[in-house]
This record gives sequence, structure tokens and C-alpha cells, in this order.
Amino acid sequence: MNTFRAASPMEQFEIVRLVDLSLGSIDISLTNSALWMLICTGAIIIFFAAATRRAAIIPNRLQSTAEVLYEFVSDLVRDTIGAEGRRFFPYVFTLFLWILIANLFGLIPTLPGLPHAAHTFTTTSHLVVTLALAMLTITIVIVYGFWKNGLGFFKLFAPSGLPFYMYPLLVPIEVVSFLSRPLSLAIRLFANMFAGHIILKLFAGFVVSLIGAGGVFAAVGILPFLGATAVTALEFLVAFLQAYVFAILTCIYLNDAVHAADH
Amino acid sequence: MSLSAVIVAAAAAAEDAAEAGGLPQLDMSTWPSQLFWLAVTFGILYWLMAGRFLPAIGGAIEERRDRIADDLDQASDFKRQADEAEDAYNQSLADAKAKAQSIAADTRAEVDAEIAEMQVETDAKLQEKLDAAEARIAEMKEEATAKVDEAAADATRAIVERLIDEAPTDDAVARAMTNIAR
Repeated sequence: MNTFRAASPMEQFEIVRLVDLSLGSIDISLTNSALWMLICTGAIIIFFAAATRRAAIIPNRLQSTAEVLYEFVSDLVRDTIGAEGRRFFPYVFTLFLWILIANLFGLIPTLPGLPHAAHTFTTTSHLVVTLALAMLTITIVIVYGFWKNGLGFFKLFAPSGLPFYMYPLLVPIEVVSFLSRPLSLAIRLFANMFAGHIILKLFAGFVVSLIGAGGVFAAVGILPFLGATAVTALEFLVAFLQAYVFAILTCIYLNDAVHAADH
Repeated sequence: MSLSAVIVAAAAAAEDAAEAGGLPQLDMSTWPSQLFWLAVTFGILYWLMAGRFLPAIGGAIEERRDRIADDLDQASDFKRQADEAEDAYNQSLADAKAKAQSIAADTRAEVDAEIAEMQVETDAKLQEKLDAAEARIAEMKEEATAKVDEAAADATRAIVERLIDEAPTDDAVARAMTNIAR
């Protein structure tokens, strides 16, 4: 028997309990998911702490990078929401960075031979996490929308300037589209991470299986290896793109909350 | 079979499925822990971003923007000063040129006047000398003429004395010479 064994593509998503913790009756155990949330957040905090340690007129490399991120999200918020979007900038920035780093760190290869608990884990590949972030965005949209516009927020579902007989048709569509927003937001990110990692794992699994089969099969193993390399490159793009899409959709929904009464 | 027994059986089956490689994402027992740590990490990150990091970065960017604007203002100020200095320089250069030209013209006129004066003076002196020389020449001529007359009279007297052995009177000689000269 050879030692090569391809793990199930689902294994990478399994939650492994590291330290049992509970808050009352609620289980808040430290898991591999929690560990990677802490690693990602810790990395972001260390990076920004170093980048802003000596904020200077002439920035060093770290500060320049932080400023590029700042300007990127700042422009995004201003272009989408306008001047009033300024108050949401820290939220959108935190959201974008948290998702981006979670996506990117999930692509770090796991060193062979490590116990399962130490495997790389993509926290955004779990629906409950992306759904929680999406619900947070929608909650902010609804709370701010009513606080800012009062009942005028309902105008969001009835755009003005249409013939009256269109409203019975349009209002339900708008309501359904509004209610589906958190789901589409959550599932888009989750599904992209989930599918990407499964494809990566499948390609990698083929490589392992073919090498394990030996002989001519081992030589053919180069093909899925090239495939895995290409998919890894693609996944870097997807990791950025999905963080960006989540951030820009958050901005668009917040824009609705800010300008609902103008509709 | 009671309903609760069905639920228990279904839950056990679901658990089996999860252990047999069902979707880990649908294992709801892990959700509270995931949500708790998401809230903790996201909350801490938001708190630090909003309170510390973003104001620091925004402040640095703002400060740089102000500084650049200030520097540009200062540069345009300096440029204006330089333009003014250049204008002043050109003005003074033109003034100096005009002044130099007027000085040159004055000097030339002065020199011309001096030359003319000297010329007049010299001319006068020369004229004076010329007049003196002419006067002397005229005097010498007169003198010479007188001496020639005298010599002629003497010669006449001597010739006449030789011819007639009688000395003619001066009047007679003079008359004769006047007649001849006429």
C-alpha cells in the first residue's frame, strides 16, 4: 500500500473543535474556523498597526499599501452612496478587508502531515458566516433607512413616475427583490468560496490518486496539476472579486437606505 | 410511531449523513461558535478601524493633500515674485539704456561744441597770423619798391651826371621817373 491518499473534498470544510468553551448554554468552542478568524483579523490588525505607527507625509511601503486600500474603498463608498456614505465607510472598509483576507488566507496551502485541526480553513466558505454578514448589512440598511426616511423608506418599493396600474405588479416584485438581497449576498460569497475550494481539492486529489497509481498514470498526473495551478490563480481573482462584490453591493443597498425618499 | 420518535430518528440519520461526508456547512451545532467568533473578530476589527486606523490613514492623506496645496500656493507665489523681479529688472535695464543713450548724446553734443569752439579759436588765431604775415609782406613790398625807386633815381642821377656833367635836381629826377612810370 502506498501512503498517498486523497482526502474527501468535503474534509476541508469540517469544523474541528480545538478548545471547548461555552457561554451559558451556548457552545462557543474555539474551533479551526474561530482560529482562522482570529488569524485573519490578527494579521489585518498587525498590518494596520504597523502601517499607521508613524503616519508620515511621505509614506513608507506599508503606509502606501494601507492608503491604496483606504482610497480604493473610500472612492467606492463615495461614488456609490455620495457624501453621506462617509459614515458607512468604516463598516464597508472592515467588511471588505475581513472578507478579502478570509478569502485569501483560505488559499494558503496546508503543509502535508499536519493534523486536521491545523489545516488551512476558509471561514467564508461557511454559509452561516456569509449569511450573518449579509444580515448585518441588511439590518443596517433597514434600521438606517427608517431612521433617516421614516415611513418614506417604503417608497423604495414603489418607484415614482410609473402609471398607477403598474404598482400592483411592481411593488411585490420590489419587496421580493429586497427580501432576497441578504440571501443572494450570502450565497454568492459562500458558493464561490465553497465551489472554488472543492474544484481545487478535486484537481489536487486527481494528482495524488494518479501518482499513487504509479507508472503511466503518474506521468498523466501533470495534467490535473496544471489544472490546479490555473484554478489557484483564478481563485486569487475570485477571492478579491467576491470581497469587492460584497462591498459594492453593500454600498448599493446602503445607498437605497440613504436615498429611499428620493425615489 | 410517535412524532418525537420520528424527529429523533431523523436527527440521528442527519448526524450519520454529516459524519458520512454530508455538508459540514449544514451542521447547525457549529453555528453558534462560528457566529460568536465572527462577532468577536469583526467587532474588534470594526472598533479598531473606525477608532484608530482609518482616522490615522485619512489624516495622513488629508495632511499630504493640504501640504501639496500649500506648496503649490507657495510655488505660484514665488513665481509671481520672480515675474515681478523680472519686470523690475527689465524696467531698470530699459531705464539704464535710455540714461546711457542720453548721456552719450549729451557728451557728444558737449564734445562737438568744444570742438567747434576750438575750431573757431584756431581759425581766429590763424587768421590773425595770416593778417600779420600779409601786413608784413605788404610793408616789405612797399619798402622794396621805395628802395628800387631810390636806386633808380640814383642811377638816373648818375647817368644824367655822366652825360651832361650836371647833377639834376631831385625834383627833375622825380618828374622824369614819374613820367616814365606813367
